[in-house]
Amino acid sequence: MSLMLLIEQVLNGLQLGVMLFLMASGLTLVFGVMGLINLAHGSLYMVGAFAAAWVAAATGSFLLALAAALAAAAAAGAIVEVVVIRRLYARDHLDQVLATFALILVFSEGTRWIFGSFPLYLNVPDYLAGPVTLPGGIEYPLYRLSLIGVGGLIACALYLLIARTRLGVQIRAGEADREMIAALGVDISKLYTVVFALGAALAGLAGALVGTIQSVQVGMGEPVLILAFVVIVIGGIGSIKGAFVGALLVGLTDTLGAFLLPQLFGAFMDVSSAAAVGSALASMLIYLLMAAVLFLRPRGLFGDTA
Amino acid sequence: MMRERYINAALLGGLLLVVFWAYTGDEPFTITLATRVAILALAGVGLNIALGQGGLVSLGHAVFFGIGGYAMGILASHAQSYQPLTLGPLVIEGTKSMPLIWLTAMVASGIAALLIGLVSLRTGGVYFIMITLAFGQMFYYFAISWPAYGGEDGLSIYVRNGFPGLNTLDPIQFFGLCFALLLAALAFHAAFKHAPFGLALNAARQSPDRAQAVGLDPTRLRLIAFVISGVITGLAGALFADLNRFVSPTMFSWQLSGELLIFIILGGTGRLCGPVAGAAMFIALEHWLGGLSEYWHIYLGALLLGVVLFAPGGLIGIATRREAAHD
Repeated sequence: MSLMLLIEQVLNGLQLGVMLFLMASGLTLVFGVMGLINLAHGSLYMVGAFAAAWVAAATGSFLLALAAALAAAAAAGAIVEVVVIRRLYARDHLDQVLATFALILVFSEGTRWIFGSFPLYLNVPDYLAGPVTLPGGIEYPLYRLSLIGVGGLIACALYLLIARTRLGVQIRAGEADREMIAALGVDISKLYTVVFALGAALAGLAGALVGTIQSVQVGMGEPVLILAFVVIVIGGIGSIKGAFVGALLVGLTDTLGAFLLPQLFGAFMDVSSAAAVGSALASMLIYLLMAAVLFLRPRGLFGDTA
Repeated sequence: MMRERYINAALLGGLLLVVFWAYTGDEPFTITLATRVAILALAGVGLNIALGQGGLVSLGHAVFFGIGGYAMGILASHAQSYQPLTLGPLVIEGTKSMPLIWLTAMVASGIAALLIGLVSLRTGGVYFIMITLAFGQMFYYFAISWPAYGGEDGLSIYVRNGFPGLNTLDPIQFFGLCFALLLAALAFHAAFKHAPFGLALNAARQSPDRAQAVGLDPTRLRLIAFVISGVITGLAGALFADLNRFVSPTMFSWQLSGELLIFIILGGTGRLCGPVAGAAMFIALEHWLGGLSEYWHIYLGALLLGVVLFAPGGLIGIATRREAAHD
């Protein structure tokens, strides 16, 4: 095991982490402000990826494709919020789980109906293709490095949006006391639609960015959704900071576990069974991490202690 | 209450009638469909104890369904290959006997429910939903990446396991077995509801603070309910694997956990026969809509949305003209 390989895996883990953060931040915002558990967040991720793949095929422009992903996911989010989600805020979590589960069925089958069952492909644009040499002589794909950069930038932008802008003040106030800010003259239902669409847009962007490394297909959103759930449970539901820390923890644990565990078991087993045991255990590692965090802090790392 | 009792009788009687009709008309496929209904309803009865009585929204009950399935798959595959299963010093012979397989499935899913419950019940509400979902995924990925029992491809069992005195390969006899177990579980649930433990559990759901104030321990009550619930769902998993003579990681999938919840909601939360009504409707829709359109999940999704938004009491709620089963 060389150091270079390890650094490469750490970068991969960071890249997975920032993409998970894009998903998790929307989920945690929606839960923090509206108290809604949204299983259909993965469908918005898929909508973003499909919109990007379609626009990229039609125009050939990657930037237009990303813009389309943002716009399509935000629009889908806003429509779903107005038509369905809005009716669920006052309901218990069970109703929310079922209604958003139903939305997944509608979104997934609708997409299959329009685009068919075969996966679509999004290509890395020429100016981001190929490897780049990092200090120390490590070669790393430029596109993945850009993902880390974009994810970091968006995390900063989200922090500024929430800490420094009027919308951010309203969002924080909405988390704290929704009756009060409604009484102060903030149009609360518009605020909810905006927050939902913002979360949707971030999920759609993540879908388009990740869709370029993987394939764009129906059902691509749910595995990521569940990872994002693990992230926000670890970080504490409702906390953006928790989502960020949780996302990096999950990204690094998953990637490094898959890389290191087979080697670790290889020290005292033969190679093939070490690979089997190692990869089986690695696939469970983030859930074990989650169980451990919850055992010590039942409300997550940054959750309110109430 | 009386009205619900008639509906329950009509539901179970209806299922028997369909099977009787299929038996006289020689339509084994319909009997198989009805067997699916009985088995999925049994899994739903398990979840209903945690959800309807305990208020525990578990989005990971497929774990127990899958464990039941793999208990059957692992034992039967070792019996099939005549190679005992060695766990360190322990040597376990495979078996093709249903009662033994059921016992193993129930013990294994009970232990899993105990461990998952110990961690998950430290939290509540939305955390509980997400944690049970995550544990479900953990088992799913483990089943996929563990190559010994087929990994992603699953495991086929060539001959259905046996039950003393019955020919389980005959669809009607296997249906009878599954239906009897469903009835037993329903009877257990009905008795459980009015037993001191069930009443205490209900109290802990409605007002944990008051329950605690009179000396009950809500977390312990919930943990016991969760284990009972897991055991019943695990038994259903073993039957389901025997019905298909096949187990695969999809038995652990979170879609299946979602479908189990759907059965209960379609039927009516907390209703004794809610899972039976829900599972019957689900299988009927799958069969009927699936024949009409390849994309039948769209219609299922729309229907489910409609029930959640406009008919919170589910089918039995509509039939009894009452919204909720509780209180």
